[in-house]
Amino acid sequence: MVLPTVLRAPAAPPPRYAPLSRKKKRASAGYVLTVLAFLLPSAIPLTLFVLGPMVAAAWISFTEWNLITPMEFIGWENYRSLLADERTGQVFLHTIGYIAGYLPLVYIGGLALALALNQALKGRSFWRGIYFLPVVTSWIAVAIVWRWLLNPNNGVVNLALGWFGIDGPGWWTDPDWAMVSIILASSWKDLGFVMVILLAGLQTINPDLYDAAKVDGAGAWKRFFNVTLPMLSPSTFFVIVISLINGFQVFDQVYAMTGGGPGGSTQVVVQQIYDLTFRYGAAGEASALSWLLFIVILAVTVIQIIGQKRWVHYG
Amino acid sequence: MKRSLLAAGGIVGVSALLLSACASEPAAEDGPVTITYSNFTSSGGNEDNLQTIVDAFEAENPNVTVDITTLPYGDYFTTLQTDLAAGTVADVVDTNYDFFPQLASSGSLAPLEVTNPESYRESLIDAYAVDGTSYGLPSSFSDVVLYYNADLFDAAGLDYPTSSWTWADEQAAAEALTDSASGTWGDHQPVSFYEFYKVLDQNGASFLSDDGTSVAFNTAAGIEAAEWLTDKSGTVMPTIEEGQGTADFDTNLFLEGKLGMMHSGVWVFGALADAPFAWDIAVEPGNTQQASAVFSNAVGVSAASDHIAEATAFAEFLTSSQTMIDVRLDSGWELPPTSDEDQLAVYLTKDTPANRQAVFDSLDTIALTPLVENGQQEMQDIVTEELIEAQAGRKSVADALASAEERINAVIG
Repeated sequence: MVLPTVLRAPAAPPPRYAPLSRKKKRASAGYVLTVLAFLLPSAIPLTLFVLGPMVAAAWISFTEWNLITPMEFIGWENYRSLLADERTGQVFLHTIGYIAGYLPLVYIGGLALALALNQALKGRSFWRGIYFLPVVTSWIAVAIVWRWLLNPNNGVVNLALGWFGIDGPGWWTDPDWAMVSIILASSWKDLGFVMVILLAGLQTINPDLYDAAKVDGAGAWKRFFNVTLPMLSPSTFFVIVISLINGFQVFDQVYAMTGGGPGGSTQVVVQQIYDLTFRYGAAGEASALSWLLFIVILAVTVIQIIGQKRWVHYG
Repeated sequence: MKRSLLAAGGIVGVSALLLSACASEPAAEDGPVTITYSNFTSSGGNEDNLQTIVDAFEAENPNVTVDITTLPYGDYFTTLQTDLAAGTVADVVDTNYDFFPQLASSGSLAPLEVTNPESYRESLIDAYAVDGTSYGLPSSFSDVVLYYNADLFDAAGLDYPTSSWTWADEQAAAEALTDSASGTWGDHQPVSFYEFYKVLDQNGASFLSDDGTSVAFNTAAGIEAAEWLTDKSGTVMPTIEEGQGTADFDTNLFLEGKLGMMHSGVWVFGALADAPFAWDIAVEPGNTQQASAVFSNAVGVSAASDHIAEATAFAEFLTSSQTMIDVRLDSGWELPPTSDEDQLAVYLTKDTPANRQAVFDSLDTIALTPLVENGQQEMQDIVTEELIEAQAGRKSVADALASAEERINAVIG
């Protein structure tokens, strides 16, 4: 996962050093070389697998190419046809729909877990490990298990719903429920990640603040809303930015659970990029859509970074 | 955790740049030769059968070693396209009939000098030729028939399906067999492109216009054909919500003894071998005429191969040798593309299903897959998507076909 460098580490806000004097800013050649040597191991893969492909995709986006025959330069045509195609709007809407369901669920769930596992519980480390396990599990494995859990015929979830007399929906086979299925599986998988970030944030809150609030007569809810949440806002900000960046790029679970179906109801942007490239022989249009997605993510992230001043409290 | 941004387009591009440098090396003269073969046809249970054929080829050609890569069908064409773009394509590659035109027209395949064209079924070898030159050799074929659970028919006191059945007969039997109390369904037919072009033909309609540049299915006969597919859902066939349309759903339901009839390919014979009830097959019923879907696979030789002669020899062995015919007939691994009807007679003598003649009778009235120059896959996806909209009741069949017509014409025109 590549984090934008503008993001500040949330859990431990950087200490405010005195600014370096102008004289000291000019670094020696040896210092520069040392820095470069440390940067090199990450700079090489970054150039090869991120920057290089981005430049290549920019070039491909101005061509017509089906991967097999030679590329043909067509200028802005791919962008024009994408913007004129109503499916482009649809795949962005589906993606935003996914984010709208996923983000609140994973944040509130992760926060609840973090609060619970921040208490002095027995076996606390064990539970933290258990909830983090899905984060490091392969999406393909998770998708297969969730498809089975949510199988409309003999899945465990519908079986359990049946005990309460509820006729379970068709889940990933029903266009109205397929995105819900993906949101559920995704939230479950990422809960542990959000939990860990928020847990770290919770542990940096100065206990004196709670004592002071208690002395002032604040109850548990008041302390939560007036101390915990504001003090947690850097972590919350981090979780939201990362979740949005990843949410716009949602693909693995869609590919593995529904392939964009049924009836195109879970066709998200990256699934569309995949289909355009490998099913419809339109790698040029796919690259153009990749760049559109990049611009949208960049814009959303910049807006958040500007907007954070209004609600994020550092220390 | 997540795919990195711009993955789909970009990685391909860079891979192409990096790998094209190390793609081709000069051919070795006379010495031992290793050729590569990338396939999907043996995936999922026939890997050993393919190995038997390859072993026989290597025994006859001690100078040549064949390096096999087997990929699942779902990944195969993605990988093939990536390999073509990167210049890392195998010497011999599988293709199916749908993808062949794209491969051939891109110049990726070498023209083949076939030494024994007469040993192939004529319609099959012709399907992989362009202007009289072969660019692929058919490796197998299969068709779709009507399966029925004879025990369920007996229990309901119904006559078994015959080759003279029409849609009306199938409909009546399906209704009689459907029993919601016991969870038994009368019929199953996928709602998809591959069924649609066939039922159009069965109803005297056609998918494409004569010049092949626009669709021709948005007619009264076309709507009737689409309804033949979509109206089964929820009446004699489970709905999408109940899992219909997912992989192997019909085969599993049939195996559980809860499905009276299903439209499926001869490739599921193996899966039904141990069914605990009597079953058989019949030629698919038509409405105004019979029409059956035939699928074939082929192998081609990469134009970029350094060992075209050896690769061609292997492709011929793989598609016309006696070993291949024996292995395929023995294992029921689709059908060999041989023109020798006597060889195929062995196939008829195997038991279960008893009426194997239906597999050959179906070949008399073939509904050919509609092929277009641009947007084949997109066309197929649009048809399936719109039909499912109608099946799920979110659109009328007429609206779905009108929408499919408009969208496809925009793609293929």
